[in-house]
Amino acid sequence: MVWERLKRWVRPREPALEAGHRENPERASLESWDRHSHGLEEFSRSLAEGEGLRILDCGEVLQANVSFLTSYGHKLYSGALLSVLDSVCGATDANPTELTEDQIQRFLDATLNFPDGHLGAALLWDTLTFLPGALAEPVVERLAQVMRPGACLLALFHADLRKEPAPLYSYRIVAADTLHVTPKGWRKPAQVFNNRAIEKLFRRFHSVKFFLARDHLREVIVRR
Amino acid sequence: MWKRREEENLPKPETPPRPPEPAREGIPIQTYSARTADAGAARIGKSVVVKGQIFSREDLYVDGEMEGTLELPEHRVTIGPNGKLRASIKAREVVIAGNVQGNIEASDKIDIRKDARLVGDIRTARIVIEDGAYFKGSIDIQRPETGRAPAPKPQTAAAAAAPAAAQAASAASGPQQQTLTPNAADPKRP
Repeated sequence: MVWERLKRWVRPREPALEAGHRENPERASLESWDRHSHGLEEFSRSLAEGEGLRILDCGEVLQANVSFLTSYGHKLYSGALLSVLDSVCGATDANPTELTEDQIQRFLDATLNFPDGHLGAALLWDTLTFLPGALAEPVVERLAQVMRPGACLLALFHADLRKEPAPLYSYRIVAADTLHVTPKGWRKPAQVFNNRAIEKLFRRFHSVKFFLARDHLREVIVRR
Repeated sequence: MWKRREEENLPKPETPPRPPEPAREGIPIQTYSARTADAGAARIGKSVVVKGQIFSREDLYVDGEMEGTLELPEHRVTIGPNGKLRASIKAREVVIAGNVQGNIEASDKIDIRKDARLVGDIRTARIVIEDGAYFKGSIDIQRPETGRAPAPKPQTAAAAAAPAAAQAASAASGPQQQTLTPNAADPKRP
């Protein structure tokens, strides 16, 4: 009896949950992390060089990013592309590959309705991965139109998209060269881009620069 | 010893049953409390619909619907969680917990709460945006012209290791809230 009680006392805590968290790749990928970002470093450099820029943030609005981008004295536009896509096209997990001309036009008018050459920089994050095929090209075309020559664009692409759905991340700017990446859910990726496809997509831009990354996110800096 | 056992077996005097204590970790943090935030403010209730222009010389709490213009040059306006505005707003301080469509100009601060929805352009000196808020439009930070110290440049990771860790911790723990002090980090201002 006493021995049983003692055993209960000395038995180590069952680490089932913690171990499961580490071993299960799906659960592990739900942890947030800081990542050094060469792409953001170059993007920040272009922000410091410019004056009175108009910056488009295509992701969700986050305090950290607002504080960082406006601290340079620039004006910030919040695009919330995926939220607008959901309101224009409906369901999030079943983004149609085929969109009507009217839907595409409505989406572009709601998100990228700027005069030509208006924007000095843009943060696209990983939005292109989740835009339907019919929309990615018109979006990049419109960006080329509304960004001024020399303007800088930062985009991220998921390198490993074997699993569907793909993790959806929040990207918080922690410092000029560091991002804090927080998983916030899952979403069906609409497209997988290799380097060739990315170059082709941004063919109207002046240059496309790829950055190797240790994790599954590739960074691309595009100059208009 | 035997006596004590007997005492234990005695029927206890009846006490009113206590309501079970809610599990503390399960309670969501309330980010907005109308009672504390706007005690004493003039109030437009949630069943009130206003069309036109409002000019106020005291704080205002709007939880109803409004269409037009709202002006409180020296005071704070709070849009409650039931508030639905299609209006341009001009105030010292604007707090949004509801739904606003229109441009906002705040001489001091704009506070966009979790679950708020704002479509419009913002001009303000400071802005606070909680995670979970929806905002579409532009943000123009208006900087006071005089009496500001030189601002440090945005730091790189090595230099900002400590704040980065703090921010990571706060991001992991829940909704993030941070006040932007405009000139504090402006690299170009003298």
